[in-house]
Amino acid sequence: MQASAVDIRKVNKYYGPFHALKDVDLAIPPGKVTCLIGPSGSGKSTLLRCINFLEEYDSGEIRIDGQLIGYEAPGRKMSGRKLREMRRSIGMVFQQFNLWPHMTALGNVAEGLVRVRGLSKAEAQARAAEALAKVGLADKMGNHPARLSGGQQQRVAIARAIAMEPRLMLFDEPTSALDPELVGEVLNVMKTLAGEGMTMVVVTHEMGFAAHVADQVAFMEKGELVGVDSPGRILHHPEDPRIQGFLRTYHERNSF
Amino acid sequence: MEWSILEQYGPALLRGFGVTVLCWILGTIFGMALGLVIALMQRYGPRWLGWIIQAYIEVIRGTPFLVQLFVLYYGGPLVGLRLDALPAGLLGLTIYGSPYFAEIFRSGFRAVPHGQIEAARAIGMAEPTIVRRVLLPLGLVSALPALVNFSIILTKETVILSIITVPELMYQVSRMSTETFRYLEANLVLALFFWALVETISRVGRRFEARITKHLIERT
Repeated sequence: MQASAVDIRKVNKYYGPFHALKDVDLAIPPGKVTCLIGPSGSGKSTLLRCINFLEEYDSGEIRIDGQLIGYEAPGRKMSGRKLREMRRSIGMVFQQFNLWPHMTALGNVAEGLVRVRGLSKAEAQARAAEALAKVGLADKMGNHPARLSGGQQQRVAIARAIAMEPRLMLFDEPTSALDPELVGEVLNVMKTLAGEGMTMVVVTHEMGFAAHVADQVAFMEKGELVGVDSPGRILHHPEDPRIQGFLRTYHERNSF
Repeated sequence: MEWSILEQYGPALLRGFGVTVLCWILGTIFGMALGLVIALMQRYGPRWLGWIIQAYIEVIRGTPFLVQLFVLYYGGPLVGLRLDALPAGLLGLTIYGSPYFAEIFRSGFRAVPHGQIEAARAIGMAEPTIVRRVLLPLGLVSALPALVNFSIILTKETVILSIITVPELMYQVSRMSTETFRYLEANLVLALFFWALVETISRVGRRFEARITKHLIERT
């Protein structure tokens, strides 16, 4: 069997007395799309944020291509420098886009190439322009975020991540803050990325995306990973009553 | 009213105004710089440093500028700090303004959405770069109105420097009043100069604010 791109083992996370992640085990296969679904507050965003150590996990291991992230050894934190090095190859897209409002679309994408990868300004801008063209925003490069729609902002955020040439992309509810008519353009960009063989972990409420694009779907509830399987089995023939309940509520809410 | 005395005292008053403007500009620049350093140390420094800074802020904010200036100018020599009036005045203004500026910067930094900092961390940006490229530019925009406001307050605190014989406008006005007994004229001149200075600062401040927020406002 091929080695995992991300290997999550017995991960626990506490917020004070609240047990947010409970002994979570999950293997993310390389070149595949893994969707994390579940009710809000189930810990899926927390788990995703632990993968690039924006959120610190308290015990267990998360390995990216075999390398432990966040810790040198259990209980001993990794140096900031090493952590930054690992983060360079992990792209992240946020629910609220989090573009830098004082920079143009091009500036947002080029920023990491100049400040983190050390490219010259000219080369960074050329690559940034390529990344923006890829998400269909070649004509909006000079716009500041305030002059872009939510869908366009999120596509700039995706361009900002892919310009860094990551090995792994994390998406934290990338379409949840968007007006419904803008969801499609963002999902299409993500589908293209998936088609190119990018390893992706996506926290989402878009069951359609999970059903059609994901290679595996993981269901979480109350900090526990309840089940991982193919989208067909999780979404259409779930065995666990908790998954059945979640999907029933989802279908009821989305039927009219 | 007897305005003819202005012929005699005009040059001195103008010189005094020049010194006032100089004190204000340097006091504001140094005070802001110290305030910025304090705000950054509070945000990134260890906890014990934060406590020391908090104590400093409380002491400086809790005492009158006049008293601080006396302590610095007349108490300084007791501990080997012998300063001429002007440098003492500038140091005094810097210290007096720094905690207010620090608090303004702190609240400006707090107004920067955490997600924009996280986005920078997520691509592997180092913390000093994040400060320079994200925290400062965005924090300064939120802090600007309060910064301008406090610099205007500082213009009027410069008159206190006359107490330690800094030859600024108030000092010249006092001299003119005691020598000629023309208190009203002298103080009207003082008021006029300050009004002109403050008006200029607030206009420049507003224009600057409009310019740097141009791209941040949603216009769809």
